[in-house]
Amino acid sequence: MAQVSLHKVVKRFEDTEAVRGIDLEIADKEFVVLVGPSGCGKSTTLRMIAGLEDVTDGEIVVDGVLMNDVPPKDRDMAMVFQNYALYPHMTVYENMSFGLRLKRYPKDEIARRVQEAARILDITELLDRKPRQLSGGQRQRVAMGRAIVRNPKVFLFDEPLSNLDAKLRVQMRTEIKRVHQKVRTTTVYVTHDQVEAMTLADRVVVMNRGQIEQIGTPNELYHAPATRFVAGFIGSPSMNFLPCRLEAVGEGLQVRLSDQIAFPVPPERVARYRPHVGRGGILFGLRPEHITEARPNGGRHVAEFDAFLEVTEPMGNETMVFFSVAGKEVCARVSPNAGAREGSPLRMGAHLDHMHLIDEASGRVL
Amino acid sequence: MVDAALERPAAAGAVRKPSALRRRLQRKSTIAFLMTLPLILLIAALVIYPALYSLHLATLNKSMERFVGLSNFAFLFKRQTFWMVVKQSCIFAITAVIFKALIGFVVAHFVHNIPTKGQRKWRGMLLVPWVIPPAMSTLAWLWLFDPSYSAFNWLLAKFGVEAIPWTAEAGWARFSVILVNVWIGSPFFMIMYLAALKSVPEQLYEAAAIDGANWWQRIWYVTLPMMRNIIAITALFSLIVTFANFDIVRILTAGGPIDQTHVFATWAFWIGIQGGDIPLGAAVSLFMVPILSIAAIFILRDINRRGNEA
Repeated sequence: MAQVSLHKVVKRFEDTEAVRGIDLEIADKEFVVLVGPSGCGKSTTLRMIAGLEDVTDGEIVVDGVLMNDVPPKDRDMAMVFQNYALYPHMTVYENMSFGLRLKRYPKDEIARRVQEAARILDITELLDRKPRQLSGGQRQRVAMGRAIVRNPKVFLFDEPLSNLDAKLRVQMRTEIKRVHQKVRTTTVYVTHDQVEAMTLADRVVVMNRGQIEQIGTPNELYHAPATRFVAGFIGSPSMNFLPCRLEAVGEGLQVRLSDQIAFPVPPERVARYRPHVGRGGILFGLRPEHITEARPNGGRHVAEFDAFLEVTEPMGNETMVFFSVAGKEVCARVSPNAGAREGSPLRMGAHLDHMHLIDEASGRVL
Repeated sequence: MVDAALERPAAAGAVRKPSALRRRLQRKSTIAFLMTLPLILLIAALVIYPALYSLHLATLNKSMERFVGLSNFAFLFKRQTFWMVVKQSCIFAITAVIFKALIGFVVAHFVHNIPTKGQRKWRGMLLVPWVIPPAMSTLAWLWLFDPSYSAFNWLLAKFGVEAIPWTAEAGWARFSVILVNVWIGSPFFMIMYLAALKSVPEQLYEAAAIDGANWWQRIWYVTLPMMRNIIAITALFSLIVTFANFDIVRILTAGGPIDQTHVFATWAFWIGIQGGDIPLGAAVSLFMVPILSIAAIFILRDINRRGNEA
């Protein structure tokens, strides 16, 4: 049961600034995921919360207590490492009970807790084994078990799934979510995989170059990204960005992408975009899933245009198609029945309710 | 070996049957044996032959003319000095190895925690006692220990402490011999333990710290178990070398005063070479074999049982 707050936290390593002033409030029982490309400072932030790295500047507060100078052993947090960090000379049982034994819990209490955690994680049969006798997925469970038995204030996960193969990763992702639903504990989870972030998190913190780009629920990040970085990082394949110009057409506006293609701006956004009419340095952003084949009665604010398909990638349930607009490659997702063929034209529909305009200089979404 | 030449079916009578010798030569095991033969011969010449020869020598009389069976050994058993040497060798080897291991462990930790830039320098300097020839460094120690003109007693005199008879009194002589051996041998432990320390993944310490372990518990529950094999092997190796030590004792005390610092090697030398009774000297030195093999069996068994756990 813990609230974690970071106030203007900074971490400098000799001459590089890994974390550059982070403010973050994590509510009790919340599952927060820090996500970002490698080197964005997310792991460093987690390690500062754990106490494994000193805080250069700023404050880390847990339940109103300043943690900056509290050593890791007294922070009552549990951490799951990327390569599990199980003690190779101890059995699974000994690994899981290590923290409790150090705190001199009574034997039967330890046994009860380990059994309980082993049951939750379905590793009861493995308790007598050594880590080297376990598969990657099993080791991951043991590492989680070691965290659960301590019943800590905060769970910390440092890219726990990146050493597993793709199939197991999906499985363990569900497992982590299930465990968190059972053992409601404040959790901070670090990953570079945006799918993991989206599926697990109550709130996602997108980091880039040592700073927070945006904090929000998965849906907020997907539908209302605050910056170009977030817009491009969340979603796969990532959002298409095209240079554009805003033009006034009577009462309304339109976005001109090329000599041939101009999309009308949905009326409810006209007021928001009007100040930017005519200026340069604006990007038009639209996700591949919001560019489809043109459908009869395609819905509100769908603008149709012709595209000459250069590459098609059939995935079974959908087909990725690639074409160029004003020399820039654009990706779109069409139905497998749309008749998309490489080297032939297709009538496409852009769903403009989902469009974004981005100021290229500041990277902010307008 | 599975891929050793299989018998050809006898039905193929027309095929010329290669000679037995030829077939043997083509076996992989034969080739492997032939390739290791030079080394085997070298070991045989330098180790096995002298070992067997000393066994033979130990069964002769003093003038090496008559076979006397085990009476050399029987004679040793009755002599008080022999049992004193057994005791002294054990005290010497065990105490020295314990201190070498302790000091090596502590110093390895210090060096491990020095930032990488300065570490090479320190490692190099700390290895010096181990790399200079022990006979030379022991001579230097001998001068340091000199009762009347040496640095140690001069220093003690400055503090008003009475001069210590470093090599003249049994207790101090044993202490001095062990001290020099520890000084020479600790760097070996240091370098082995340093290598072992570097192979312990940093994350285990981090995991232990988060699990609530203080530094002592991290050493006890993480470092020591992870280094267990290295500690055992190093201790065994050093125990053997220390037990068979010759140069330090020979130069520092020559076994004195009154044989009270003799170890097996120096006493064997004393009896065999200086005393002219080579068979009895051989018998003394042979006594090291059973004692050391027992130690080796115990320690190696433990290592085999634990295997590589990582």
